Amino acid sequence: MSLDTRPPRQRPVRQVSTPRERLEASGMPSRSLLVALVLACVALMVVDLSGGKDSPIAPVRRVVGEVIGPAQAAVSEVMGPIVGLPGALRTNDALRDDLAVAKDRNADLEAELERAGYNDNRYDEFAGMCQMIGDLGYAVSPAHVIGYGSAQSFSDTVTIDAGSDAGLRPDMTVLNNDGLVGRVLAVTSETATVLLIIDPASTVGGRVGDNMENGMVDGQGGFEADRPLELRLLDNTVVPQKGQAVVTWGSEGGAPYVSGVPIGEVSKTFEELRLGTFRAVLEPYVDFTSLGLVGVVVPAGDDQRVIAADCVPGGTR
Amino acid sequence: MRGTPRLVAALCTVVVALLLQVTVFPHLAWNGVVPDLVLLAVVGAALVTDARFATLLGFGAGLLLDVAPPADHAAGRWALALLVVGYVVGRVAHDHQPGGQRPSYPVMLAAGAAGAFVGTSLFALSGLVLRDPAVGVGELLEVVLAAVAYDVLAAVVVVPATVWLFTREPGPRPAQVTPRLPRRTPV
Repeated sequence: MSLDTRPPRQRPVRQVSTPRERLEASGMPSRSLLVALVLACVALMVVDLSGGKDSPIAPVRRVVGEVIGPAQAAVSEVMGPIVGLPGALRTNDALRDDLAVAKDRNADLEAELERAGYNDNRYDEFAGMCQMIGDLGYAVSPAHVIGYGSAQSFSDTVTIDAGSDAGLRPDMTVLNNDGLVGRVLAVTSETATVLLIIDPASTVGGRVGDNMENGMVDGQGGFEADRPLELRLLDNTVVPQKGQAVVTWGSEGGAPYVSGVPIGEVSKTFEELRLGTFRAVLEPYVDFTSLGLVGVVVPAGDDQRVIAADCVPGGTR
Repeated sequence: MRGTPRLVAALCTVVVALLLQVTVFPHLAWNGVVPDLVLLAVVGAALVTDARFATLLGFGAGLLLDVAPPADHAAGRWALALLVVGYVVGRVAHDHQPGGQRPSYPVMLAAGAAGAFVGTSLFALSGLVLRDPAVGVGELLEVVLAAVAYDVLAAVVVVPATVWLFTREPGPRPAQVTPRLPRRTPV
């Protein structure tokens, strides 16, 4: 028997290791670590979701935001021009196209702008008409003045763009948002001729609104006449006063004139010495040289084109 | 690379990737989809380090991504997704490519694509489970696929860069001695 005098070996011949050690050596995460990490994630989600606005993550987010926010702002400033670079590279044709498109659009908008004043006035006319017929209680058929009779004919007539198709007949009252315009003389299917009250042949029964005195309103002719209308009262003793309003008297059956439509107001008064009556010059409410939208008083019906007495500006009922 | 240098490298990679992802790339978004640079950095690290490190790195990077400013989802969702990505990629890389050597270029791209798919899908699924942003599955799938496509594009650069960083050996390079040529003797 002899002693083993060999130097001890540095390592055991067989390396015995536990599975855990093997896992460690191979760099695999242990199961417990994985479970812990996953649970940590889940816990974080639950805490953050259930906490809502007051979750404990919010301050952390805020701190990180304070750090990254300025960086984001700075990078955004730098990146803007770089990202926009492809947009700056344009062909001449594309630029020309863009210019043409912009010019077209500009022209359209300018045209719209030029029409804006006209549209405003049309709206005002319509709103006024609504108000007028609301006050009077009549239904009117809207029409536009499309032509003035020539001076050579020595009559003051206009043509409107509504005719028998719209239910118009002769001897209907024509008014606009200011007051009485005239009456329908003749109709075609699409147009109608209107005799203005300033025509020398026109006589309208009028009454002074203040004292209900009846009289006759005669046209004096001509758009430029400085005394377009005259009022002769039936009662010789009553003197019309300046500023008194004159409205229509009304005819039987509403033809040719319905009652209560404003005609004008008294501006001057003369005494007819020979007849011993008084004559008043009326200033008409209607401006006969700028007639646009007019309304023809029609019997109330279910015609779609009729503006009813209870119409609302912005859309007919 | 092991020990402290590896930790420093991991920290730098994640922070740089995060900063790029939340500052620069939103400007280069494609249909609103931003490449997941942090995810790709984790994939890159997982390819050349061990699975434990990759898992922990994924967890940490995900936490950081969860609290970076534009994020409004429940914190922990990206952490979970990146943790799984780090674990799966690290595990697969360990099983099929032992020794921590540099993987080939196609392998890096494939790993990037797979990691992107796993990560974005997991994130989307966790949102679906938590009803965090309530969106439909179809919409979700569309975004996930777009994100994977963009991520593959970004992986072309990001994964190799990360791999290169993690396989670098720190310290001065060993001096190379060039053998001196024998002097030419005059004839």
